[in-house]
This record gives sequence, structure tokens and C-alpha cells, in this order.
Amino acid sequence: MKIKKNTVQNVITYLIVIAAFVLCQWLISSGRMTRSLKGQMIPICVYVVMAISLNLVVGISGELSLGHAGFMSIGAFSGAIASAWLLGGFHMENEGIRLLLSMIVGGVFAGIAGVLIGVPVLRLRGDYLAIVTLAFGEIIRNVLNCLYFSLDGSRLHVSFNNPNIPGTILVNGPAGATGIVKIATFTAGFVLILFTLLVVLNLVNSRSGRAIMATRDNRIAAEAMGINVTKYKMMAFVTAAVLAGMAGALYGLNFSAVTASKFKFDTSILVLVFVVLGGIGNIRGSIIAATLLTVLPELLRAFSDYRMLVYAIVLILVMLATNNPSMRSLYARFLPKDKTPAPAKGGTET
Amino acid sequence: MEIGKKRQNTKMVPAPSQGIIPERDLYSSPVLECRHLGIEFGGLKAVEDFNLVIGKTEIAGLIGPNGAGKTTVFNLLTKVYQPTMGTILLNGHDLNALNTVQASALGLARTFQNIRLFGNMTVEDNVRIGLHNQVKYGMFSGIFRLPGYWKGEKEQHEKAMELLSLFEMQDMAGAKAGSLPYGAQRRLEIVRALATNPSLLPLDEPAAGMNPHETEDLMSKIITIRDTFKIAVMLIEHDMNLVMGICEGICVLNYGRIIAKGTPNEIQSNPVVIEAYLGKRKEAQ
Amino acid sequence: MVSFLRFLINGISLGSVYAIIALGYTMVYGIAKMLNFAHGDVIMVGAYIAYCSMQYLGMPAIVSVLAAMLVCTAMGIIIEGLAYRPLRSAPKLAVLITAIGVSYFLQNSALLIWSSNPKVFPSVFDVGAFRAFGGELMITSETILTIVANIVIMIALTTFTGKTKVGKAMRAVSEDRGAAQLMGINVNRTISITFAIGSALAAIAGVLLCSAYPTLQPTTGSMPGIKAFTAAVFGGIGSIPGAMIGGLMLGVIEILGKAYISTELGDAIVFAVLIIVLLFKPAGLLGKPVNEKV
Repeated sequence: MKIKKNTVQNVITYLIVIAAFVLCQWLISSGRMTRSLKGQMIPICVYVVMAISLNLVVGISGELSLGHAGFMSIGAFSGAIASAWLLGGFHMENEGIRLLLSMIVGGVFAGIAGVLIGVPVLRLRGDYLAIVTLAFGEIIRNVLNCLYFSLDGSRLHVSFNNPNIPGTILVNGPAGATGIVKIATFTAGFVLILFTLLVVLNLVNSRSGRAIMATRDNRIAAEAMGINVTKYKMMAFVTAAVLAGMAGALYGLNFSAVTASKFKFDTSILVLVFVVLGGIGNIRGSIIAATLLTVLPELLRAFSDYRMLVYAIVLILVMLATNNPSMRSLYARFLPKDKTPAPAKGGTET
Repeated sequence: MEIGKKRQNTKMVPAPSQGIIPERDLYSSPVLECRHLGIEFGGLKAVEDFNLVIGKTEIAGLIGPNGAGKTTVFNLLTKVYQPTMGTILLNGHDLNALNTVQASALGLARTFQNIRLFGNMTVEDNVRIGLHNQVKYGMFSGIFRLPGYWKGEKEQHEKAMELLSLFEMQDMAGAKAGSLPYGAQRRLEIVRALATNPSLLPLDEPAAGMNPHETEDLMSKIITIRDTFKIAVMLIEHDMNLVMGICEGICVLNYGRIIAKGTPNEIQSNPVVIEAYLGKRKEAQ
Repeated sequence: MVSFLRFLINGISLGSVYAIIALGYTMVYGIAKMLNFAHGDVIMVGAYIAYCSMQYLGMPAIVSVLAAMLVCTAMGIIIEGLAYRPLRSAPKLAVLITAIGVSYFLQNSALLIWSSNPKVFPSVFDVGAFRAFGGELMITSETILTIVANIVIMIALTTFTGKTKVGKAMRAVSEDRGAAQLMGINVNRTISITFAIGSALAAIAGVLLCSAYPTLQPTTGSMPGIKAFTAAVFGGIGSIPGAMIGGLMLGVIEILGKAYISTELGDAIVFAVLIIVLLFKPAGLLGKPVNEKV
């Protein structure tokens, strides 16, 4: 039975995440994890969530988005502001609740941006859609560079291109969000991954998720079956934006300062690389790829200066090895039929 | 059979017209009425002055040589193309300015000449897509597994299985739609279209690629579908055995225009039709 | 008024550089149907080669440009052969990620060879400046050269694709690869040639870009690369005149936007205009909309 098979697969995915978390916690508490790797724990959680959410757009909904880091930056900035405001304005000392609320705020603002961007973007197709998401990502970064926020008592001040606002500066234009109280925790990251998995996996295996996949597989047939294509593309896009915003808030609250330049086009591409290497539409693959590739530069320290070069070569070789037809037929000979690595399916309509 | 229930929300507007064959028109109002329907592609009239009425529970055939504009008519009906001329009335509703999704909601569900299944999804999920607007529950019910989800999923599963049983396809429910043999894919497309609870079912070459045995089976199935669901079927087909065997009315299209209408017997003996298919006797010499 | 004229000319000059880069993007897209994200980095390599040739070998500018073109052409062919050809029948996204890998590779190689310290690119063609309005309006020789180069390249490419056998083969492959192959066109060779031409153009663009903005770093190529890609989409990707118009418009909008609206938001304005254009012309200014047959 198909439903049962899916459920089993999903349970395995949850178990892998939980096991990894328990293992890492043990390594940390027993002092077996290096400092630098320990510092990577929260970013890994963030990138895992980013990769899963982007996979919802690229793999499940079938639209290539090159601006996912834009939503992350909105989440990071609004989350940082919300956290500072909750602390300064409402004296909310409990860090856990503040982190949760900040992440919700980050998700909400990223979701609003997702709606605003989705309306024009989802009218386009294929590569044109991709380039417009790229453009929006860059616009978000540019606009964030001109924003100034300050907290005066419990009042929040905003200005555009004008640093002269009263109170403590929270967001200082190109210098980004400053003076952030670091409240992000690994456990929060783990919970966020579980939440993301719950949302994405359950959505995919529901009426709405099937409609999203139908629009990906065959737009014209989906319309003929009475499915409102734009509505479901939008649903996937905005859900992904909300999740990316929450991940962004967690990311922002893990540093004392965050600038918009951290969320450049390169970051969007990085997340896309996780998705493609993990297998398009394959959620578990996204988790594994995001984790490995975030840790990989650390592991490549032995190569010192050459590590990014090695990273690039690994990336190219993996793509060639998994997608070249003759390599694929080689795998097919050695592996049982359904175990061959999933081909990266074209995210754009062909 | 619950899925066979007539849709109740469609308003019946009496129209002063009759089916292709008047005596077959069992009800007073037709399911489909096209008046002077036409479309131009950059000056080229692909379909012109297309007038057709299909009665409730009628099985109508649309035939003609290759390139005559048959599929274009289907695309006009389902609003894949917007007609540049004329009117389409479906159960009395004007389809003018509606899109494919809205036309589907009014009771139009088609199959495609080049099969358009959701190939990466299972057979059952394909049917569930057809049931999308029949069994509803919201996105949040789905994500958080609220009671609506469980109820909706159960209902979708039961209906999907019931529909698949029409073509004895229940055993394939878990298979990937793209991996099915050709004939089964065509049958699945019909099941998927039926799941949307249509009142008119346009089938674009349903027997293409089927062997004579499968075609035979399909013919009886089409009649069963008509009788069970009390819907009208409109089909484009090149297999004349099928067309002449089950269609009550036939409409012949050539160069985008209707050249003949009538019963199978009338069409078979119509000299204009023979000429369109075989050319003039003189030329054949 | 004079300042407006100056901005306009600067915009056309910058736009000409974008147009030359965009031509490479558009030709490769048209024929190989892939977004070659490494194209921007080929620009950077071209600029470095020209820089080394002038600075360390003391070669004259023309020879340096030719050397850069030669190296980039060879590099384009090698990249295509090693990284993209094995993925010819692979899904589009796989090729896209490979191109990103190539881009990382080029950037990090440049980082190792030339370090991240910015190099000051020497003035290539300093033969004085053209002055008008009593010296108020000064147009440098680089500006004029860039614009002239753009026009020459444009005419040459249009003639090439329209008149020569190889050019016609390119158009055939871009229209329908399978049919072209059946007609006896060597598809792989045609794609190689396209990459060669695109990379040679990138080398020229690299030199012109660095003459106007003389800081050279391993990341120099990425932003102009993205902008040029935007320009190609803007004009209708796959269309040679489209790339030209798209590039010029983008350059002018960017310079005028920065001058009159906001320096910080210059890039945002460019991208906003792109989005607006695509909403009204979903396939770009000169692109042909593709309708799926039902």
C-alpha cells in the first residue's frame, strides 16, 4: 500500500533527525565536539530548514526560485527587531518565549513578503520566474540596506535612508542589525526542523499537496481537473517563505550582529545546491545534503586555502556522477532498480 | 451509486434547441450548445461557424480528417483557447470569459489526445486530483491532521476506488501512473475526468493505441459510464468501428467547418463525407 | 542638462559592457538551453589575463586583449567539454548547479592565483578625452571605445549568425536540436563554437569593464554577470538584438537611477524595472512567447 509506504518513509526521516540531535547533544555534553563544529550546530539547523522549505518550491511545486535567502533575511531582521522590542518594550525576560515569538514574527513578515512577491512572480514560467525571484532577492537586500530601526523606551521608530532616529539603534542601514542578544539555541533549531518536517511532509500528503504536485506534473491537465494553479503555486511559495523566515529569525538571533550582505544571491544558490544534491523533491536528501555541505568546509580544513576549491570540484563531480547518463546506467547495473539515485528532475517546465 | 448522482447546483435553462438527432434528446434542455463558435490564429480560421447541440446522455462523435480542427474544438470548449467568435452554453451557462478551471466547475472534464496524466503520482492520487473539488478539506486540516483531513482522505479513497473499479483498475491503485501500459493510461484519464463529476465528458481519441479487444471493451465501458452517471459523452475518434458502433449522433469536421451531421447511417452514406475522407473519385483515378 | 547627458553617456557605456556579456549569456542559452552561471567569472579571468599580460609581461593593450580572448576561448571550450557536455541530456537544474560549481571553481582558483587583494587595472586605451560644452562634458576614450566595440560586435555577430554556415547551424540547433542533428549538423561542435564565441566576448567585456571600473578582484565578475543575465532576460533570452537592447537599457537605468533617485537603491531600481517589464512582456522585450500545444 502506497500510503503506508509513505508513512514509513516519513517516520524514518523523523527518526534520523531525532537520532542526529541526540547524538550531537551527547557529543556536546561529553565534550567530544570541537568548538568550531559546535558553533555550526545552529547554522546547520537553519540551513536544513532552508533546504526543506526551498525543496517545497523547487521539488514539490516545480518552480525554480533563486531568491530564497531574501525571505531568510526578512526573517532575520524582523526577528531581531521583535526580540529587542519584546525585551526592551515589554520586559519579556524569558528567552525561550522571546525566541518563539521572534521566530513567529520572522515567519509572518517573510510570509507577507512571500504573498507580495508571489503575486507577480507566479504569473511567469520557467527561467523567467527564476530570474524574477533572483531580482526580488536582490531588491530585498538593497532595501534592507536603507532601513533604520530604533527603540526608544517601548516605542519602535522606523526610517528609510535616515539614521537620525531617537533611542537605541537596532538596525543601522548597511551595518545591519546590531546589538542582538544571542538567544538562539540548538534545541530551538531542532524543534524548528521537526516543525518544518511536519508542515512539509503533511502538506505533501494531503489534498492541497497533491494539487501542488499536479500543477507541477502537468499544468494543463491540472487546470482541466478544476485546480486553481496559481492558488496552489502560491500556497507552496508562501509556506516556504514562512518557514524560511522562521529559520532566518533563528539565524539572526544566533549572532550579535547581522548584515543584509549575508543573504546575498550566493546564499540562495547555496541552499539550491543543497536541494539539488539531496535530490529534488526528496526531503530527507535535503536534510542530509544541507548538513554535510555545511560541515564539509569544516572537514576540509586540512586543505586550508584549497578547501573552497575542493568544495567546487566535489560539487561538479557529484553532479556529473549522479546525472551523466552513462554513469547512471552503471549504477543501474549494480543496484536494484528502485535504489538508483533519484535523477534531479527539471524544476522548470519542460 | 452515490458518485453517479446528478449535480444539483446547475441551473437548467430551457433552450429552444435539440440534439444532433432530435428524437434522442431525452430532456428538454441540452447539455452543450455551441453557436457560431470559431477561433482565428493570426488570420487563420482554425474553426469557423461551429454549431452543435448535444443532448443529455447523448453519445456524440466528432470526426474528420487530420488537421480538421477537432482537438481545437475541445480546446475551445474547455477554454484552453478563448474563442474569438460565437457562444458556448454548458447546461445553459454561458462559458464566455470563463477559464478552464471555471469551465470544469460547471461540469466539463476532458481527456487528452497526448495523454496528460500526473506521471510521477500514483494511479489513486491521479483520481484523487479529479476529486479535488468534490471532496474538500483545507490546507491547515491537512498540515495539522485535523478531523477534516481524516474524514476527507477516507472519503477520497473510497470514491477513488469506486471509480477505479469501473475499469477494474483497483489493483493498480498504488502504481505510478507513468508506468502503466498505454491502454491503462487512457482508461485512467477517463476515470480521472469522471471523478470531477462532469455533465459532459469530451474524450479525445480514447481508443488510440488500443488493440481491437481493448477497443471493444472501451465501447461497452463508455455506454456503461453514460448509463451509470447519466452524462453526455463527446468523443473524437479515428476508429470508425467505435464511432459507428456507439455514437448516436456524429458531426463531421473538415478544414474547421462542419460538413455533415447525422446518425451513423446517414454519415456513412453521405457523399460529402466520403469525399473529405477519400478524395474525389476523379482524383483517385 | 549637461550632467544628464554625461550620465546618459556613462549609462550607454556601462550598458554596452552589459550588452557584450549578455550576448554570451543569450547565445549559450539559445543553443544549449542552459543558464551558464560561470559566465561572469570568465569575465574576471579575462580581465586578470589582460592585467598580467600588461603588468608583468609589458605587452601592449591590443596584444593583451587578444591573449585574454585566446585564454578565455580555450577555457570556454574546456569547461563546456568537461563539465557541461556529459550532462547534455540531464535535467536543466543539474546543469545549472554544475555551472554554479564551475563558477565557484573559477573564483577560488583566481583567489589562489591572484589573491583577494584588489588589483588596480591600468588604463588601457588612454588617448585623451573628448570634451564638449566648454569642457563641462568630458567623455573618456574608454567610454567611446566601449560603445564602438559594442556596435562592432553586434554587427559582426548578426552577420555571422545570419550569413555564415556555422552561424546558420547555430540557429538551427537553437531552434530544434534533434532536427538539426538529423540534418547532419554536428551539434556538439556547434555548441562548442558558441561557448568559444561567448567566452571571447566575455574577455573583451572583462577588459572594458575593468577599464571603466579599475578594481579587479576574484569576485569582480559575479555582479556584472548577474546584471548581464538580467539584461539578457530583459531583452528576451535567446535573442541577440534583445541582449543588446536589454544591456543598454539596463546600463542607462542603473546610472540614471543611481544619479537621480538613490545611490543605495540603484540595483533595486534595475531589478524592479526588470520585474515590471516581465509582467507586461512575460518573455522579455524581444522574446517569443512559447505556447504549449494541447
